[in-house]
Amino acid sequence: MNMLLLSWKNVVARPLSSALSILLIALGVGLISMIILLGSQIQEKFEQNMKGVDMVVGAKGSPLQLILSAVFQIDSPTGNIPISAVEQLTKNRLVANTIPLSYGDTFQGHRIVGTDSSYIGLFDAEVLHGRVWNTPMEVTLGAEVAERLDLDIGDQFLGAHGLQEGGEDHEEAAYSVVGILGRTNAVIDQLIVTDTESVWQVHHHEENQEGEREITALLVKFRSPMGLVTLPRKINQNTNLQAAVPAFEISRLVGLLGMGIDTVSVIGIIIIVMAGVSMFISLYSALNDRRYEMALMRCYGASAFKLVRLVINESLLVTIAGLMMGLVLSRLGVVIISAISESSYHYALDQLSIIPEELRLLAFTLLTGLVAAIIPAIQVYQVNISKNLSNS
Amino acid sequence: MLATANLRFQYNNSKTFNFQDLEIGDGEHLLLVGPSGIGKTTLLHLLGGLLKPLSGGIKIAETDITQLSTIQLDHFRGQHLGFVFQKSHFVNSLSVLENLLLIQSLASRKVDRTVAFDLLKKLDIADQASMKVMKLSQGQQQRASIAMALINRPAVVLADEPTSSLDDSNCTKVMQLLRDQCDINDSHLVVITHDQRVISGFEKVVSL
Repeated sequence: MNMLLLSWKNVVARPLSSALSILLIALGVGLISMIILLGSQIQEKFEQNMKGVDMVVGAKGSPLQLILSAVFQIDSPTGNIPISAVEQLTKNRLVANTIPLSYGDTFQGHRIVGTDSSYIGLFDAEVLHGRVWNTPMEVTLGAEVAERLDLDIGDQFLGAHGLQEGGEDHEEAAYSVVGILGRTNAVIDQLIVTDTESVWQVHHHEENQEGEREITALLVKFRSPMGLVTLPRKINQNTNLQAAVPAFEISRLVGLLGMGIDTVSVIGIIIIVMAGVSMFISLYSALNDRRYEMALMRCYGASAFKLVRLVINESLLVTIAGLMMGLVLSRLGVVIISAISESSYHYALDQLSIIPEELRLLAFTLLTGLVAAIIPAIQVYQVNISKNLSNS
Repeated sequence: MLATANLRFQYNNSKTFNFQDLEIGDGEHLLLVGPSGIGKTTLLHLLGGLLKPLSGGIKIAETDITQLSTIQLDHFRGQHLGFVFQKSHFVNSLSVLENLLLIQSLASRKVDRTVAFDLLKKLDIADQASMKVMKLSQGQQQRASIAMALINRPAVVLADEPTSSLDDSNCTKVMQLLRDQCDINDSHLVVITHDQRVISGFEKVVSL
């Protein structure tokens, strides 16, 4: 009968209070670890997709909406802008390069983005099969699109109007697949990429009164940080266009998210502390009945330290059981949320391994378990053998 | 085997107990009798190293246990002593057999199910081996606690009013069992009691 087994039997001998403590820990740990996992992945996704985009130019409207739609492809565009309006910007000496984006159509929920081949370069995406389009109506598929829709080179499909599924098909012009990109874990995995000209062909009506061609947004990379200081303000003040800086908008958004994350974390910590109190009460009240058995074990050769370890082990066993359950729960939560976000935003959040921030959570929880055992452990250490075993 | 000299004990500032010197030779069992309040349990706890005497010496198996540190005492008890208390105590989360295995491991003995089970068989509670101790009847509990006292073949078994909660027939049976098992193990039995029923059969009786 080793002492760890005895600890476990003692935990099981109080099924209700042990279960309560384990559940509380699992809930607290699960909440915090889920929020940590999601937060870190969302931030990671943002950073991955923002790489190489210093500024986005589009139609007037909400700057956050412009960024979300043009950079992350998760919101509706703010509108279209005439291509002539940005031609001058492209030639500005502070601008290193620009990428035009035209979007608004989808195929089975995946966005069709008209651009030029430098968009693929932005994500360092490699062409896995086939090639990049070179004439209008040819498309290259993101890795996730090819896999989910089971499309291959040579397949043809019709784009649907609008970003929601169930839009009217553009029956006059079919796209044909000429290439498939390798996985980048960035937004391009979810996109169907084609030439800007294709989008114009499909939407030949999409020219304004003067017959000018339009795009939805322009991604801009600056030559120097000076561009960031002067250009966005100049564009916003002097033109009908809107310039938004992803880094600003996203740090605002992450700030908002951070507040949510902090709130949930505080709730989680309170639950873990409550679990600690519950473990303390459980150990403490059980100890009243167990004074005799503690005295008995001392009679048969157990040192006071051994009994202290017994009590601490009981608390740690409950804590560890709760921790494991919490980690499983948080992964389950992430899988469910990922499934939801993938079906509505085509964003997969699938990081399930233990991340460094979680180690701090594990340490904190174990410490709580340890602290809960301190007073019961001291009591066990001081147990008066003679008094507890005498007849009175 | 067991000898005390000039043993004195005092609970916090109350009256001092002065105990007469005791001695048990090889193969002897000792019965200590006396009225309540005379310090019988105190003396037994002193012999078991559960209390520290004010002065005097207690020699068991060539060791003066009054000279041992707390941790050494814990270890010494595990190696050389067995206890039977008036009220049986167990580790309640364990079965009868598991309690015996626990005691083996606490004394750093080999954990041997066969030895433990054989002992339960001799004490006629083998059928209850896998039951939780709380489910046992009073008489069965008392026999289980005798098994615990004997499982490590201690040099001395200290029994504190082992029969007070038993009826006449059980009383005789339990005392017979205790004496027989101690004989088999070469253990010395020290019983304290005010129960007149157990006096017969002891070669050495000391009145306090």
